[in-house]
Amino acid sequence: MLVFLIKRLGLALLVAFTVSVITFSLLRISGDPAVAIAGEGATASEVEYIRQQYNLDRPLPVQYLEWAGNALSGDFGRSIYLNAPVADIIGERLGATLTLGASAIAFAILLGLPLGVIAAIRPNSWIDRSALTLAVFGQALPSFWFALMLIVVFGVNLRWLPISGSESWQNFVLPAIALGYFVMPGIMRLTRTGMLEVLSSDYIRTARAKGLRVPKIIFKHALRNAVIPVVSLAAVQFGFMLGGSVVIETIFAINGIGYLAWQSIQRSDFAMMQAIVLILASFYVLLSLAADILNAALDPKIRVY
Amino acid sequence: MPGDFRQDAASTQSSALSTVLPSRNRLLFLKVRGHIGLVVGGITVAIIVLAALLAPWLAPQDPYAQDLAQRVVPPVLQEDGSWAHPLGTDQFGRDYLSRLIYGARISLLIGLSAMAISAVIGTTLGLLAGYFGRKVDMVVTFLITTRLSLPVILVALAVVSLVGSSLWIVVTVLGLLIWDRFAVVVRSATQQARSQDYVAAAEALGCSKLRVLLSEIVPNIANHLIVVATLEMAHAILLEAALSFLGLGVQPPLPSWGLMISEAKGMLYFEPWLIAIPGTALFLLVLAINLLGDGLRDVTAPENRS
Repeated sequence: MLVFLIKRLGLALLVAFTVSVITFSLLRISGDPAVAIAGEGATASEVEYIRQQYNLDRPLPVQYLEWAGNALSGDFGRSIYLNAPVADIIGERLGATLTLGASAIAFAILLGLPLGVIAAIRPNSWIDRSALTLAVFGQALPSFWFALMLIVVFGVNLRWLPISGSESWQNFVLPAIALGYFVMPGIMRLTRTGMLEVLSSDYIRTARAKGLRVPKIIFKHALRNAVIPVVSLAAVQFGFMLGGSVVIETIFAINGIGYLAWQSIQRSDFAMMQAIVLILASFYVLLSLAADILNAALDPKIRVY
Repeated sequence: MPGDFRQDAASTQSSALSTVLPSRNRLLFLKVRGHIGLVVGGITVAIIVLAALLAPWLAPQDPYAQDLAQRVVPPVLQEDGSWAHPLGTDQFGRDYLSRLIYGARISLLIGLSAMAISAVIGTTLGLLAGYFGRKVDMVVTFLITTRLSLPVILVALAVVSLVGSSLWIVVTVLGLLIWDRFAVVVRSATQQARSQDYVAAAEALGCSKLRVLLSEIVPNIANHLIVVATLEMAHAILLEAALSFLGLGVQPPLPSWGLMISEAKGMLYFEPWLIAIPGTALFLLVLAINLLGDGLRDVTAPENRS
């Protein structure tokens, strides 16, 4: 287990390093960032001033080390558009994105897990078929279009829920559904396969033979084992959703870092863009690391690396 | 595999009976016909592909022709609608049905091209990792993990905004970002194929590694490739629509479905059909491609059914 932990941790660190290099170079593929920051119509001396101001006149490796070193201590530079430290603004906005991500994953689990369990208890029944149909439809629905349709039906026609902003919990209902339904099919399918496998195993047969009641077998014995891979899938999907929330946050005008990312791209706010990509990627690295360690702790077969 | 089934059946039954068994192709055909999802998905994809190919003949009008006297005419089924514009017109008075038909070309073109790029990258990496193992495998696993940790939409948005957006830039960026599933699936399929006798036989005959990979392993993992290809094509189509919706994908006046939804979002309150129509087209296309992919997997490799 220790060898596995060290190797997995090493991989995570290496990935985090590579991601930071990619993020850093991403903004330099388009040419001179000083010219881009100065904007159209800037004079040569203005560009030169910005170049010195942002340390863009030094060799690239030096620039990278400086940027990465500061980022490690929580300093991501200043936003040229908002004229404030990037870290402060992201700190203010991170809460909304995490709330959205958590409610979306909660929605997906609350819908996907029971559906998967019922589908596995009665395979090929009408409920199993409808759950699978729902999953197939869910995976084909464009999330931004689904979000707009939710706005039309529940916001405009029925007037049940607010359609923009992030002030109260009601604001998060529609965005969470729009973001979470896409993950639901995966959770449902994995629960279903896991439950089918567990329910046909020897220890469940023993439990039945002992005369235990069916609900007790399902909830106490079967679900506990079937749910392990679902937990790690949910963790990984949570990481994906933070990245995917750009579209949903933009549609519902939620003041999270996804919306901030889109705004920063529109404003050519490079320091902000770099920081957001790096933070979201690090979240994913951490979550997948946690999921892998959880899996390995619960199932020794996976520890071979 | 149908072939195995036929051999098993033949060996357990008398030789007279075995000649009555349907041929391998016939068995595959029967399986395909019995799979509702595959049939429905296949027919829908075929219809959309035909519509895209025959767009100049099918579209009632020029998709770019503006008619400012005929702006936001509702579809024929609503009040004030007319058969002159069966699906109505947009805010520039362009015929919506014609734009929808031409839009299929963009979705399919971007889906296919982005998928082709990612297929080449992902398959190459997966083959190398699965066949050579050890250090090569470690490097590829590292590449896959790195790729997965980069948020696709965000990176695509950033790159497109820096490099400039055109159809081919969107294709390239998407192709470079979505190869991970190809690599994962091909890697494990290659690992399985590698331990088979026919690979050992080819190696014993002195075939070069390249030849073993291309003429022994690739044909035997082709069914996995086709399945991932359909899923990734659907994925690329959805991503293009999302990018175009955010204004950093295909640029106006091209009739991309995502762009059509984006252009109509200001009229969400009064004319929701402007959004409902291209969105439904997008949903149906992606659904059909996914059904086709799932169906192909069930028919060619039933053991992988989830």
